[in-house]
Amino acid sequence: MTFLQLESLTKRFDGTVAVDGLSLSIERGEMLALLGPSGSGKTTTLRLLAGFELPDQGRVLVEGEEVTGVDPVARRFGMVFQHYALFPHLDVGENIAFGLESLGVSGGELERRVARALTLVDLLGYERRRISQLSGGQQQRVALARALAPEPRVLLLDEPLSNLDPSLRERTRREIRELIRRVGITTVLVTHEQDEAFDLGDRVAVLRGGRLEQVGTPEDLYASPANEFVAEFVGRSSGIEVHVLGPGQRGLLVLVEGVEWDLTDVSEGRPGPALMVVRPEALRLMPPAPGALAGTVTERRFTGPASLFTVVTDGGTSIEVTGPPRSVRAGERVGIMPSRRAGGGIHLFPRAAE
Amino acid sequence: MTRARRVDLLGAALLLLLTWLIVYPLILVLIEGFRGPEGWTLDFVRLFLQHRNEAQALWGSLWISLASVVLAALIGIPLAFLFGRYEFPGRRILGWLVALPAVLPPLVGVIAFLFLYGESGFVSLLIQRLLRLDQAPWALEGAGAILLVHAYSMYVYFYLFTRAGLASLDASVLEAAASLGAGRWRTLRRVVLPLLYPALGGAALLTFMTSLASFSAPYIFGGGFRVMTTQIVATRLNGDDQLAMVETISLTLVALVALWLLPGSRVFDNAAGGRKGLAPMRVRVQGRDVRLALGVLGWALAVLLLLPHLTLLLVSFVPLGTWTTEPLPPAYTWRNYLTLVEDPVRARPLLNSLWLAIASTAAAVGVAVAAGVLAVRRRVRGRGAIEALLALPWAVPGTVFAIALATAFSLHAPLAGRFVLIGTLWILPLAYLVRNLPITSRAILAGFRSLDPSLDEAAATLGAGRWRTLRRVTLPLLRPAIVAGASLAFVTAFGDFVTSIMLYTYDTRPISLEILSSLRESDVGVAAAYGVVLMAVSAAVFALGADQGSGG
Repeated sequence: MTFLQLESLTKRFDGTVAVDGLSLSIERGEMLALLGPSGSGKTTTLRLLAGFELPDQGRVLVEGEEVTGVDPVARRFGMVFQHYALFPHLDVGENIAFGLESLGVSGGELERRVARALTLVDLLGYERRRISQLSGGQQQRVALARALAPEPRVLLLDEPLSNLDPSLRERTRREIRELIRRVGITTVLVTHEQDEAFDLGDRVAVLRGGRLEQVGTPEDLYASPANEFVAEFVGRSSGIEVHVLGPGQRGLLVLVEGVEWDLTDVSEGRPGPALMVVRPEALRLMPPAPGALAGTVTERRFTGPASLFTVVTDGGTSIEVTGPPRSVRAGERVGIMPSRRAGGGIHLFPRAAE
Repeated sequence: MTRARRVDLLGAALLLLLTWLIVYPLILVLIEGFRGPEGWTLDFVRLFLQHRNEAQALWGSLWISLASVVLAALIGIPLAFLFGRYEFPGRRILGWLVALPAVLPPLVGVIAFLFLYGESGFVSLLIQRLLRLDQAPWALEGAGAILLVHAYSMYVYFYLFTRAGLASLDASVLEAAASLGAGRWRTLRRVVLPLLYPALGGAALLTFMTSLASFSAPYIFGGGFRVMTTQIVATRLNGDDQLAMVETISLTLVALVALWLLPGSRVFDNAAGGRKGLAPMRVRVQGRDVRLALGVLGWALAVLLLLPHLTLLLVSFVPLGTWTTEPLPPAYTWRNYLTLVEDPVRARPLLNSLWLAIASTAAAVGVAVAAGVLAVRRRVRGRGAIEALLALPWAVPGTVFAIALATAFSLHAPLAGRFVLIGTLWILPLAYLVRNLPITSRAILAGFRSLDPSLDEAAATLGAGRWRTLRRVTLPLLRPAIVAGASLAFVTAFGDFVTSIMLYTYDTRPISLEILSSLRESDVGVAAAYGVVLMAVSAAVFALGADQGSGG
């Protein structure tokens, strides 16, 4: 059953539309990640949810109850801010007690619940520490504990990892995911990092220009992007202008810079100009040969078990291809072919005829 | 939407209050200057233009102010470089002593100079004895005397601003200049000085405005030399109210034109903050002889700068009528201080100044916090106007405001927003409040700007309403800014002379006027004792402000 519902939310600032008719349904206990580049309206959406902004149109509902105009003070949504917004003049315990005091909790009950919140983030015993004495990761956990202590209905996370060292991010991500699962709270988080969205979100909503482009599980988004933007924004990919010729012997016949490829596993089949978006692992490198797309390797990046090669085709398109680490060197001439197990890594989006 | 409107209404109320307090009295002065018994007239402007005295006074104000800027810069900037860039024995304590003229309220500084270099001052008598002269070697009078006091009390602006500017320089910028082959002079000329321009511009503007508004020095030392502030008071005492209005208008115009022409009117907020990277290391002065010379020079300078303070302290122990022609007073006593406490008539000014300063400071803090919440945090309509009005009194000399308030609140017309406050308890705190609004609100608004707005939002998501957020989050975090703004306001109000002399009543007479009357009765001991009290309280409050400022 839908727990948190956004109904065609629209928000304008001085004439520009920040959020444009956004509708989303979030299940109880679900984690939804709002993913998008800067200016996509994801932060505004979060602020509309928190009640810091009032939408020009649309509604926000929690369990069927409308909260669109409810003051943040009364909304009972917890929030973790990008820079944590911990109160620097209060210690850890006082920060966490702050929201509980608003609910009238006091005395032994207050102490118990502060301790419980700190236990949750593994910081029991840190009650009397000053905020300035904590590391970035600890500050973030205190911010989480502070938001969770009053047992809010919904948890909002604004770029929860952007303020941390890259080396800390992966571990913190795991900890956050585990913690939120354990608490079972319905969560909306905002991020511009795809890894973060994929790792934390049960589902991911991709936003652009204030509009919802696609919402689905990470697997859905990667394997069947709804459009060009999602295909290019989510995961590594290269875009090549192609011409769809029609059905071929095995699949779909496509003309790629003068070379004909017979693609399997491709859904779109309407003949005409199209943009082909290809994941690097859906292509393979081979010696120059007829039927292969000819080009020159310009860059090789070592990423572990495989290397990522950038090839500039003779047509001038830059394409990323994965391959065995030492197979070719920069400057070498190569051919590119679709990998035999492309596995849904190639997507065609028709171009309007010119 | 209704929430937003109610806040805008509060903003409008604040704007109205500020307009009534600050702009309205000035407009009334403008009107009075052009109105005679038979309606509108240019008679008083004509009178003003015909008198040579008036032109002389205006010109006097102008060139004294410019000369004060030059002198203060010549003293303050090199000192700031010396203490900011070089390391030598005693640097820390000397660097602190150099800022001490700031704790002398204007009138107190002036009388200290009188006791030192006046006709029967220590230094004058000493030189007279040494050279066996028949009379004092100089007369502490006229433009020279005024400039001496101005240079002494205002180089501190250049000193402090330049030091703040130097401290905010990024060491790597200097290293970059060196790595690009720039020598010490080229770095100074092409990198350091241009980066200091905003700070120097700010100091120049502050010095100019303070000199233009300076009243104590020309009042005591002026003699035949005319400046506009004293001219206004004299004209007013003569009963030529309308002419005084025209004079007031002319002085205001000069101040506003200066504000418009001089660079640096916007630099104050940046002068202290915004450092990136590390401050440059101080250069250790090499060579024993140079270090020794610097040390001796530094201490000599410190003594010179501290002479007025020490003089004041010494004179405050002189019993009435015992010190006439001797270079040093022959007798000492605690009597003067005891008098201040025991004699109800003598103690009254002390209590008056105390409650006047406290009340006006509290009011200024209240207005500034309200302005911060409305203009900075809630961003109400008209926030620009609110901030501009709060800053305006800074550009208007105290004498002008005294005249303006005396004019506005001299008759009963409630519908026109005018009440008889002159001659009551209320006019002085009101005047102090208006004068203090710029410094208090500058500090407090800057404090508001440095607060992370998401702290308010965090408090809201944790269920705290506006009042609880203000009480538990905003005000505690603003404490350093409030203490800084309040201490400046308190010190200014506590030592105020320029507005008090025009608006006080016997019941509200503040310390500064009691100093003046003690001087007139040749009771120098009591005058100095009051001066020491002013100095000590100012120093204590400044120290408190500095301590809080750095602690937060």
